Amino acid sequence: MSEFLRSWLVLVVFGGLAVAVVGTFLGLGSLLRPQRATEQKVMNYESGVDPQGDRWSQSNIRYYVFALMFVLFDVEVVFIFPWAARLEAYGMFGLVEMAIFIFILALGLFYAWRKRLLRWI
Amino acid sequence: MLLNQFLLLAAALFAIGVYGVLARRNGVLVLMSIELILNSVNINLVAFSAVSATVGGEIFALFIIAVAAAEVGVGLAMVLLLYRNRRSIDLTEIDQLRG
Amino acid sequence: MFAQAETVATPEVLWWALVPLLVLAGAAVLLLTVASLVRRLPEWLPAAWTIVAGLAVLVSVVPLWNEVQDDGARSFLAGAVGIDGSTLFVTALLAVAVVATALLSRAYLTREDLPGVELYVLLLLSAAGGVVMASANDLIVLFLGLELLSIAVYVMAALHLRRIQSQEAALKYFVLGAFASAFLLYGIALVYGATGATGLARIAGYLSTTILLEDGMLMAGFGLLLVGLGFKVAAVPFHAWAPDVYQGAPTPVVAWMAAGVKAAGFAALLRVFVLTFGSWSGEWQPAVWGLAILTVLGGSVVAVVQTDVKRMLAYSSIAHAGFLLVGVQAASDRGTAAVLTYLGVYTLLACGSFAVVTVVGGAGDDRHGIDAYRGLGARRPWLAGAFAVLLLGQAGVPFTAGFVAKFGVIAAATEGHSYALAGIAMVSAAVAAFVYLRILVALYMEDRHLEDDDEAGAVEVDPAPWGPRIVITVSVALVLVLGVVPGPLVDLAKDAVPVLVGG
Repeated sequence: MSEFLRSWLVLVVFGGLAVAVVGTFLGLGSLLRPQRATEQKVMNYESGVDPQGDRWSQSNIRYYVFALMFVLFDVEVVFIFPWAARLEAYGMFGLVEMAIFIFILALGLFYAWRKRLLRWI
Repeated sequence: MLLNQFLLLAAALFAIGVYGVLARRNGVLVLMSIELILNSVNINLVAFSAVSATVGGEIFALFIIAVAAAEVGVGLAMVLLLYRNRRSIDLTEIDQLRG
Repeated sequence: MFAQAETVATPEVLWWALVPLLVLAGAAVLLLTVASLVRRLPEWLPAAWTIVAGLAVLVSVVPLWNEVQDDGARSFLAGAVGIDGSTLFVTALLAVAVVATALLSRAYLTREDLPGVELYVLLLLSAAGGVVMASANDLIVLFLGLELLSIAVYVMAALHLRRIQSQEAALKYFVLGAFASAFLLYGIALVYGATGATGLARIAGYLSTTILLEDGMLMAGFGLLLVGLGFKVAAVPFHAWAPDVYQGAPTPVVAWMAAGVKAAGFAALLRVFVLTFGSWSGEWQPAVWGLAILTVLGGSVVAVVQTDVKRMLAYSSIAHAGFLLVGVQAASDRGTAAVLTYLGVYTLLACGSFAVVTVVGGAGDDRHGIDAYRGLGARRPWLAGAFAVLLLGQAGVPFTAGFVAKFGVIAAATEGHSYALAGIAMVSAAVAAFVYLRILVALYMEDRHLEDDDEAGAVEVDPAPWGPRIVITVSVALVLVLGVVPGPLVDLAKDAVPVLVGG
């Protein structure tokens, strides 16, 4: 077995142990505890309030704009992290570059705001 | 390093993605299949990068992640536009353009 | 507390060489900012702004061209971006296409009553992407340019809010385009794996000095790259999107797709295949050979049976892509120069033809059947005459620029001893001529019965606004002038043969 695979073996053993331990305790618990279900007990837990509606609820399609914008801006972080890690090394050049980058990102957000896409409906 | 395993994994993901684009009718699933192909490319690039000890591949993977997000943003918006007009995201119902 | 960080050498940037790109991207960003700040922008402003930006790029290309001709090609930004004759040539073509598209868009948006800052912003960004592609010296940069170009065009295709065809075309274009990009990326990944570099100069150096014992991965990379770029330039068998998208998308956007996107796609094809993989041309030439034959034949033959003029022009643009591939297949300087000449001529022809289609399309952008063109010669002699010249140019009739273009690529093919390919290209040029003839016959020979007209709601063509009028006039004039005096364009294209610099 290669060095590479052996290093992953530790992870596999560790993961297996974790599953085994949790499984054992949960299994023992379900064997030992008394089971007397009433309607109140099996009701969905919603912070103590009586639950409303079904368990399966769809969120409104209107919110997709927020989801999309979140994804778009969130992903740009992949460029900011490496830059931040070596901020000092890049000096002024890096600072200016990142300023331009963030300015253009912010411009996108600004445009969305002026287009009234950011209003919570 | 086991380059071959990575390449096989990437090739499998690529094949699944291509199948998904060609065979699926649901617009969102087609988008997901395209993402799958892009991620298979990322696996390839990172594996090659590790083998050849150059950083080009890893940087490329970062760019692909960012561009894929932009692409899927546009794609989802288009699928939603289609949904608004037709109440369906079935791509086989796109039939207005015929020669 | 912190160790003194060692400074990283910042890459050298030749700012002067980036001027065209900065103008386009800067104009787009500025336009978007102003449009977000000011609630009601004067209607003419975005178009005028875009045209000014396009003209500024054209002007800025001239000193750069002289610089490159005197001091040779350069590469900068750590070898990721290069500037050479072909970069500037294609940049100028893109600028021309931007100006033409902006002129058409203004008239189109007014007629269709559409809001219109986004179209211009996207057009400028897309052109910036094209410039990035033409100056890419690294596969990463090439990919970024391609995506900037493509994503902007996907959205542009969807911009007609009230035509469901526009949105369907956009979605189709998007799905197939993204699919193609994914193939291209997989190809890039394999080439990177085989050569260990993403820089074009490094790859070229590696390929010309190393003998690979197992070249399977490299070959697969070549193939996938060819598939990806073939999709973008609409080569048969990867052309399925083109007719539908051309038919559905707003006509000015189609002009940009035909002129701009194709120019950028072929710039990339030249840079990657002819330039970078040049030492392995024996391996990829057969594939391009097959692609070229399928494309010239497929485009010409299928165009014959179309009834929609936009679809006809779509198939003819596919056939043009085939002729361009004939030039790429030659893998020689002469072939490259011929491709660049062809691109120059085709930019004019595409802009002019789609300008006519924009005018004839009328309000609603849906009168594109060949019926709308019947008898146009009698009712609108100037418009019909211009269209006739442009169609003859597309057919490659002597004394139009189209002849010079077609002659160039076929001569390059015969010089490379691809006689079969040259022969087939000529045959399909003749077949394609039939298509243009069909439109010409409709324009002049077929008289419509006027009494029928009145009952059918008289499809009268509105007078052309000044935007399309300028585009049509200039393109027709240039097509005729270049047909008689092709020297300047051909010489420019010869000087524009790309070079790889840097490592």
